[in-house]
Amino acid sequence: MSNECKVDCGRRRLVVATAAVGGVGAIAALVPFLSSMLPSERAKAAGAPVEVEIGTLEPGQMMTVEWRGKPVWIISRTPQMLETLPKLNDSMADPKSEKNMQPDYCRNEVRSIKPEIMVAVGICTHLGCSPSAKFKPGADEGMDSNWLGGFLCPCHGSTFDFAGRVFKNKPAPDNLEVPPHMYLSDKRILIGEDKKGA
Amino acid sequence: MAANTNFEKYKSDGSLQGNLLEWFDARFPATSMWRGHLSEYYAPKNFNFWYFFGSLAMLVLVIQILTGIFLVMHYKPDASLNANGIPVAFASVEYIMRDVPWGWLIRYMHSTGASAFFVVVYLHMFRGMLYGSYRQPRELVWIFGTLIFLCLMAEAFMGYLLPWGQMSFWGAQVIVNLFSAIPLIGEPLSIWIRGDFVVGDATLNRFFAFHVIAVPLVLLGLVAAHILALHEVGSNNPDGVEIKKRKDVHGNPLDGIPFHPYYSVKDIVGVVVFLMVFSIIVFFAPEGGGYFLEYNNFLPADPLKTPLHIAPVWYFTPYYSLLRAMVWPLFGIDAKFWGVVAMGAGVVILAFLPWLDRSPVKSIRYRGPIFKTLLTLFVISFFLLGFLGTQPPSYAFFGVIPSAPVAQVLSAYYFLYFLTMPWWSRIDKYKPEPDRVTM
Repeated sequence: MSNECKVDCGRRRLVVATAAVGGVGAIAALVPFLSSMLPSERAKAAGAPVEVEIGTLEPGQMMTVEWRGKPVWIISRTPQMLETLPKLNDSMADPKSEKNMQPDYCRNEVRSIKPEIMVAVGICTHLGCSPSAKFKPGADEGMDSNWLGGFLCPCHGSTFDFAGRVFKNKPAPDNLEVPPHMYLSDKRILIGEDKKGA
Repeated sequence: MAANTNFEKYKSDGSLQGNLLEWFDARFPATSMWRGHLSEYYAPKNFNFWYFFGSLAMLVLVIQILTGIFLVMHYKPDASLNANGIPVAFASVEYIMRDVPWGWLIRYMHSTGASAFFVVVYLHMFRGMLYGSYRQPRELVWIFGTLIFLCLMAEAFMGYLLPWGQMSFWGAQVIVNLFSAIPLIGEPLSIWIRGDFVVGDATLNRFFAFHVIAVPLVLLGLVAAHILALHEVGSNNPDGVEIKKRKDVHGNPLDGIPFHPYYSVKDIVGVVVFLMVFSIIVFFAPEGGGYFLEYNNFLPADPLKTPLHIAPVWYFTPYYSLLRAMVWPLFGIDAKFWGVVAMGAGVVILAFLPWLDRSPVKSIRYRGPIFKTLLTLFVISFFLLGFLGTQPPSYAFFGVIPSAPVAQVLSAYYFLYFLTMPWWSRIDKYKPEPDRVTM
């Protein structure tokens, strides 16, 4: 490069070096601006656990509470609901909950600590809509006639069973997330924390 | 015809205005810009109906900026709840609609303007496809146009969050989550975009900043680049022949007429007709039957409950259908990632049109049956994809034909139309182009 240079090569090299250093500086200057868009300290701190009273929850009902801005479902499952789970194993994308979508203490057939109480984040793992409850078996709620009950995401049609497991060949890739949680007593759950006393 | 400073500076005739202009012109390229872009910009004399939509897009841009400025005077990007338990942002839009004098009109002009923008831009783009306006030497004009389209989509999407209704919230939730489908960086990227772990106040504030400042600035810059590039190469026309090949003794194209006054006056007619239609919608059907303003957006955002049916506003629905059509994981990556890729590719592929089209002629007037058939099918499938995008995924035609496989076939056609174009555009029959434009 040097001997065919028509301009002052020394100067050209200095210009390139100066521009390169200036460019690094300009890129470095982007850091504070881009970082300012990350979650603020306040947003990061806003994840406090939520205590929920479940004494009034009747079998077959569900309630929704807010935890970290997301809906968390607490579903009181009847024996009939629980019976549907093993029947659906073959239709599920991840029937044994092998993917890390639940704490280890919920990695079981019913994906919960107590079989009759299911706790799950009610956010579809596809694009984050909140699925709607379709608890009635059959076509009564607009589902297929062989529907056993569960949840339907209104956005893109993913379906989930009563354990939040996603059906195969649906847009959602994973089962619904089970948040860390623990029982403070029989009737009270703490969502978002599982270490204390567990 | 390029806008440059080769035009002579203005010489005063001694009058006050003349002296003023001469003073100005000695310090600013006023006369040369006026001539280069308007009074001596030669445009083909055979423009037809399809050539209204470029200037109409400019008009809508002005409407959006003006109404936007006045909306910002009353709108508050704040997701916190007010004393009545309503999000402040949502309440401020209600306030504009109910309490601000003429606020309802300004707001309806802005919301109708968004839909109008896409109507005229889609027609403007289709004109380019009809007459081969993207072909050499207008590739850059077309690429700038594609970028404008992308900007417009970003602008519309972020603007839609601001009223903080149910559709605002869940639409943003879905679209931002699209980015989380990107392997490795997806999750942190979507958190960075939201500024929080869920769509919330941080998201609303930054979308507001992007919607009112960042994207409009880029948009204006791109519009300037689009027009400068166009005026450098000159406009195409319905015959797709170069008017610069035949010039008169003054070096002006024989088939060209000055943009001003000929086309400025023609465009005013278009403006009048457009404003009539626009006013009818603003005054009598601002909700557009739920297509311009979705009914669910009259409910304040509720992070705990997704509306039973969510669909994007009509102008996004063809691309939304492309997104939904991808349901198979590929190469070990989730289907949703490929949905995002399909949606993005659906827009970006437009930019490659200048190099995909290998026909010897530009305009549909001289192109063969293959082009005409495939383009017609393309338009039909675009409309059908758009329609399906407004429907729930369980929708079935006549209650029997499931829509999901139909949308998949149409999506495949959308891409095949472009990807096989180098082949079919070459083997298609064509008629010889005339030497000069026809009227």
